[in-house]
Amino acid sequence: MSGATLTGLPPKDSAAASRLGRRRRRRDRVMTGLAIISTVLGLLFLVSILFTLFWRGLQAMGPQVFTEVTRPPGSGGGLLNAIIGTVIQVGLGTVIGTPVGILVGTYLAEYARGSRLGNAVRFVSDVLLSAPSILIGLFVYQLLVLPFGGFSGIAGAVALAIIIIPIVVRTTEDMLQLIPNTLREAVMGLGSPKWKMITLICYRSVMSGLITGVLLGIARIAGETAPLLFTSLGNLTWSVSLTQAMSSLPLTIYAYAGSPYEDWVSLAWTGALLITVSVLLLNIIARIVLRKA
Amino acid sequence: MQQALSSALPAAHAAPAARRRGGPGGDSVFEWACRLAGVFVLVLLGAIIVELFIGALPAFRRFGLAFVWTELWDPVADEYGALVPIYGTVATAVLAILLAVPMAFGIAFFLTELAPGWLRRPVGTAVELLAAVPSIIFGMWGFFVIVPIMAQVVQPAVIDSVGELPLIGVLFAGPPFGTGILTAALILAVMIIPFVAATMRDVFATVPPVYKESAYGLGATRWEVMRSVVLPYTRTSVVGGIMLGLGRALGETLAVTFVIGNANRVSTTLFGPGNTIASLVALEFGEAGEGSLKLSALLALGFILFVLSFIVLAISRLLLRPRAKGA
Repeated sequence: MSGATLTGLPPKDSAAASRLGRRRRRRDRVMTGLAIISTVLGLLFLVSILFTLFWRGLQAMGPQVFTEVTRPPGSGGGLLNAIIGTVIQVGLGTVIGTPVGILVGTYLAEYARGSRLGNAVRFVSDVLLSAPSILIGLFVYQLLVLPFGGFSGIAGAVALAIIIIPIVVRTTEDMLQLIPNTLREAVMGLGSPKWKMITLICYRSVMSGLITGVLLGIARIAGETAPLLFTSLGNLTWSVSLTQAMSSLPLTIYAYAGSPYEDWVSLAWTGALLITVSVLLLNIIARIVLRKA
Repeated sequence: MQQALSSALPAAHAAPAARRRGGPGGDSVFEWACRLAGVFVLVLLGAIIVELFIGALPAFRRFGLAFVWTELWDPVADEYGALVPIYGTVATAVLAILLAVPMAFGIAFFLTELAPGWLRRPVGTAVELLAAVPSIIFGMWGFFVIVPIMAQVVQPAVIDSVGELPLIGVLFAGPPFGTGILTAALILAVMIIPFVAATMRDVFATVPPVYKESAYGLGATRWEVMRSVVLPYTRTSVVGGIMLGLGRALGETLAVTFVIGNANRVSTTLFGPGNTIASLVALEFGEAGEGSLKLSALLALGFILFVLSFIVLAISRLLLRPRAKGA
């Protein structure tokens, strides 16, 4: 941060000074150029992915995608069972995981400030946030699939719930930390017990933040494939039973994209388009909700 | 909020005695619910470790520690070793980081210092949206878009030029299949660039403006401010962000499965096919029967992946910890 690291020794004469100035400006321009190229390339990746998805995904798009279940290759069919399966498992996972996540986030922000247990919980939750999702799948396989005799929709939902918990924890804690302590003191000063202060005042004042967290969580688990491979397995027929193997969009995409059948591959692209558009829309909505607050 | 206050107040007026008796009760119930949830997270991590280890036990018993450095993976003879997937995991993740970090840094530099105000939000959002794309989509995109480009354009060109050189030529030899370690690393890099870039951007934003303004006031260029003020100030957190990206790359499953080529041997060339722990588990899990040694070997791989990524993620969290909050 000292002057020496910026420019080296002060120049003795004006010619050397202008040479140094030119060199510094040149280096600045090169670095600026590289940064701009990186950004353009990064955006290009996104554009390329979206373009590929729309171009190939729209080919098999049609009403039958939403009204018919998956069929053997060569006989048409849609993705209805996969869509329903994803909605069920993601919905159930969210319903199971969100309350736990909010409670943990509340504990970290309201009760455990600086305590040793709190720091441990925060650390572990943050590690789980980025832990490989395939391991959550293997864990639930060991926990629920093996002992209870088979792949099931409920096991898939539990795996997704475990993945959403740390996401909700992070946003809940961050949001509650934003509340000024004076608000808490004002409520307590009116004689309110702490739990009422938290549930009636704190939650309400950061409601949009909490909703954002849940939306981002849903967006994340909706596209998860690896954990479902070991829990709900996928199912190419109609099944909404939670105790049996259940279909889902990501698993159907995985199975179809790797198949040698032309129509299955293009249906996989349609599914990929559906899931990506939903996930990106959820992300955008989450951002709008947060900004409106 | 107004509404909340007024709804809380009448209750307090109506039964102060009941509140005094009920209040602390409700308080302790809620506090314990929160604390239990917190403990549950710790139990969850413990349970993941224990369950994976229990599942892995038969394989560890059978092969011992040698499991880690045995190259053989032979389902027919029921002999398993973890060297190939461990090598593939580490090689793809490290390569991905080498490719991703300069680009992520460039994006973060652009977003914090170079971009005009009106451009920051849309570009920043686009980068975050790239991070939100599900990994299976990256896999399909890699397989159907990047692999043909690699096979027809990039790899033949590299094999003809760099592949002829002594020493490093070995890395770029072999037939141009398009799939392989390098392609997997490339897809991984595209996936982790937005994560690392977003972390770096957030970290760069914590530099007090007065430091940067002082440097600008001395006549420093933007690159000099970045190199000599921002980077030294944020060095620890930047490394933490890179480790976070590495942690993601280690455990990525679907994106890699599509493009790595799936071969259970260590190939010296980067164009050669391989396997990562996650891709091998995802691919061979279907053929591993309940209670079989193969299933146990796959769970043992999962356990090793857990240990690897836990170490990396723990280091990243320690480095990223906000320094002296409130100071």
